[in-house]
Amino acid sequence: MTTHEVQQVHRIAVRFSGDSGDGMQLTGDRFTSDTALFGNDLATLPNYPSEIRAPQGTLAGVSNFQLQFGDHRIHTPGDKPDVLVAMNPAALKANSKEVRPGGHIIVDADTFNKRALDKLGYADDPLTDGTLGDFYVHAVPMTSMTLAALEEFDLSKKDKERSKNMFALGLVSWLFSHSLDSTKAFLTSKFAKKPHVLQANVAALEAGWTYGENTEVFGVRYEVAPATMEAGVYRNITGNTATAYGLVMGAHRAGLQLVLGSYPITPATDILHALSQLKRYNVMTMQMEDEIAGIGAALGASFAGKLGVTTTSGPGMCLKSEFMGLAVMTELPLVIVDVQRGGPSTGLPTKTEQADLLQALYGRHGESPVAVIAAQSPADCFAAAYEACALAIKYRHPVILLTDGYLGNGSEPWKLPDVSTIPAITPDLATAHNAVDAKGEPTFHPYKRDPQTLARPWAVPGTPGLAHRIGGLEKADGSGVISQDPANHDRMTRLRVEKVNRMVADIPDLAVTDPTGEADLLILGWGSSYGPITAACQNLWKSGVPVAQAHLRHLNPLPKNTGEVLRRFKRVVVPEMNLGQLSKILRAEFLVDIQSVTSVRGLPFAVPEIEDLINQHVADLAGTLQEA
Amino acid sequence: MTTDYSDLTELAGTAFVPRVHSDRVLTKKEFVSDQEVRWCPGCGDYAILAAFQQFVPELGIAPENMVVVSGIGCSSRFPYYVDSYGMHAIHGRAPSLATGIATSRPDLSVWIMTGDGDALAIGGNHLIHALRRNVNLNIVMFNNEIYGLTKGQYSPTSPAGLVTKSTPFGSVDHPFNPIRLALGSDATFVARTIASDRQHLTATLRQAALHRGASFVEVLQNCVIFNDGAFDGLKDTTDGARILRMEAGQPLIAGERCVVRDPLHGLTVVPTSAVDESKILKHDPKAHNPGIAFALASIEGADNRDFLPIGVFREIVRPAYDDEVREQIRTYVDAAGGLPTDQDIASLLAGRNTWTVS
Repeated sequence: MTTHEVQQVHRIAVRFSGDSGDGMQLTGDRFTSDTALFGNDLATLPNYPSEIRAPQGTLAGVSNFQLQFGDHRIHTPGDKPDVLVAMNPAALKANSKEVRPGGHIIVDADTFNKRALDKLGYADDPLTDGTLGDFYVHAVPMTSMTLAALEEFDLSKKDKERSKNMFALGLVSWLFSHSLDSTKAFLTSKFAKKPHVLQANVAALEAGWTYGENTEVFGVRYEVAPATMEAGVYRNITGNTATAYGLVMGAHRAGLQLVLGSYPITPATDILHALSQLKRYNVMTMQMEDEIAGIGAALGASFAGKLGVTTTSGPGMCLKSEFMGLAVMTELPLVIVDVQRGGPSTGLPTKTEQADLLQALYGRHGESPVAVIAAQSPADCFAAAYEACALAIKYRHPVILLTDGYLGNGSEPWKLPDVSTIPAITPDLATAHNAVDAKGEPTFHPYKRDPQTLARPWAVPGTPGLAHRIGGLEKADGSGVISQDPANHDRMTRLRVEKVNRMVADIPDLAVTDPTGEADLLILGWGSSYGPITAACQNLWKSGVPVAQAHLRHLNPLPKNTGEVLRRFKRVVVPEMNLGQLSKILRAEFLVDIQSVTSVRGLPFAVPEIEDLINQHVADLAGTLQEA
Repeated sequence: MTTDYSDLTELAGTAFVPRVHSDRVLTKKEFVSDQEVRWCPGCGDYAILAAFQQFVPELGIAPENMVVVSGIGCSSRFPYYVDSYGMHAIHGRAPSLATGIATSRPDLSVWIMTGDGDALAIGGNHLIHALRRNVNLNIVMFNNEIYGLTKGQYSPTSPAGLVTKSTPFGSVDHPFNPIRLALGSDATFVARTIASDRQHLTATLRQAALHRGASFVEVLQNCVIFNDGAFDGLKDTTDGARILRMEAGQPLIAGERCVVRDPLHGLTVVPTSAVDESKILKHDPKAHNPGIAFALASIEGADNRDFLPIGVFREIVRPAYDDEVREQIRTYVDAAGGLPTDQDIASLLAGRNTWTVS
């Protein structure tokens, strides 16, 4: 046994990379779980190809999982990894340029044979030709060592090789002084019915750890102290799971059954998976024949007095738009979750983007207002989904919740909320007549609105005396009978818009963080750019850079102080993973000369990118001020 | 949550819909809304509406426990005229809405009123999936073989060669046979009737209402404006009856002709006088194998209306989708001791791996 120096570091980014069949997502998940249990703050981002099993050993088939963990608040999965685990030459080729100079690259040396290198166009072996001189390269024969560790097992060679991801996990766990206990517990429950597979995986895991411990391949081990976090009980959660749970919470608080109509689509499918598990929580899920039927079944359930929800991603939003129009017209509660991905069309199915904002706001024919909320971090999807339910039910209106692939698949620690403090949602179903007809008889008017919220009564089938017909045709204000009257249509159109605008009463003001108190520059984001923007601002605030940060959660209606906040600053910069959609809205609404910064690479902004941006603007503003 | 699904074979379509008190006599009037009916004078839709409003009181369910859903088209105005809950939705999508309603509410009798364009063109996908799932709802498809509301274009059931505004030189589209489509979707109840035959229409709707699962009823219905006389051939009886009225257990005889098994084509039509009575096929809509039903729908003369079978082609028992969806939920809710409490939700949120920061 050798002794290793243990070095304390504040934060580390690790990227696991391999063929899409190498089990890198599972390896990353397990490492994340161990890290979280140890008490580090963290953020993760899987990055995988849209092909389930692209040809082995090719760049197209490389699947990545990155996490950043630290002893302080972590807002992003990190930009340049400090450690890359590459299970084959393709994984190395796809990622080595992004590793931080001075970082570690751990490869499965057994996979670096001539055939594999030729396939990728390597003239020489990159492990020995000096091209990786900037890094500490550790060529570990993972495949053969895994096979050796499993020699005694009655498994095929192929099955034994499949455990090499556990070898890698064991080795990395050793490198970061992580216990193997939680992964062993996980494997025990996962392979309860396959003791052979369980024992093989545990043996491979331990072999990886022992390899680190017994060799001098690594001169050093690292330790990242637990982060200082608010007291409470935590778990790690992905955005898609948090969204599912937020919807369950909303329905539970409203005392309504949650009814999901959905259709599988990347990267939203995990919400369907999660909710399909929750029969015990009275959740009804219907995997329908297409996206249209998904929202149709959800709206039907809402008409029937349930909380209808549909989940999708961009292409599905296009298909659902006619039904969203019907939901606007019939003024029924409905939650539509759009886990945005790169577009247009099939686009980048597994990559992230924020380019559905204008579609969410305006992507229907006619004047068709819909409330739009955007979650800002994986764990925040819970609160955002709950809020979408609350607004939909209170105002009898469709609400779109925008998340994205980065939030949906990414994860972070979540401080569990105290369920008892989550406010009630009152569906307030109609039970009685609310008008009198021409003959003076009591009757029911389905479009007689609440004077405060403008919400119409929600009378569900089965309620005696309130039978009524609604639909896509314009209805007379109040009585709800079909009306083609010009003045009525004008009035109803404005009423629908006004109703959504009145949701502002339930929306907090836009908050500005400006620790220096003297910022002329406001950096304003929405949705998942919260992570990199916050990390950049927090880094710069440490050195007193005068920049203020604000983040929009409500895109329609906008918080009532939005214009005032924008006008308070000499310059407002809005970074977005689209070509300037929020900037366009803010310019149009408030006549403020927003500086738009855009990126559509299928990846979140990098923190240094935002820091540079802020520094440039701060310098520019200082220059301008000097001249003035 | 307390409904008993133990003996599905005995369940009627309205099994879980509350019945009105035995003292209350439901009348047609209770199912008539205050809206003026606005179909063209002479439209076949009037007959369907009248037959529907006439027979539904028999079901013993109050109007508020009925939901009529429709898409777009002349037929889809139907919900406005029935004083129940109703939704006049978007083109072709009624089956998806109705699936959401029927699955989440077993206490409602759910009807889809649709047409040949709404159900078979823009809504074809939803129709076949509602049928194969066997959602407990009733689909009444008014087939006038034309688009009426958009003023006369050919539909998915228009015969090839039909001259319309969008096919001025004759349609080159091959039409759907709605019965064969429904059978191909493995529908559990498939029937055809004619709007002009009030008694047959009423009897067919009644049978559809009592079926548990999805029932599909094609109603041949004349459009007086854009396709008048499309079904006139059926009235012509000079060379013998052209309509075969199928009744369970009865030999399949229409006028001078009857149906017998044919080794080559499955079934064939022959003069009744030419065969021994024992050779005439007896109708069995409950046969699980849809082969004979399909052969009847395809029988020689059916596509050109020389010999058209009407009545119930198929009526079999298969668990309804919505019953099974609710049953799964009920099983897990019951096993856990009832609907979730705050504590249950808290443990869901926590999951299996938590840690405490103090």
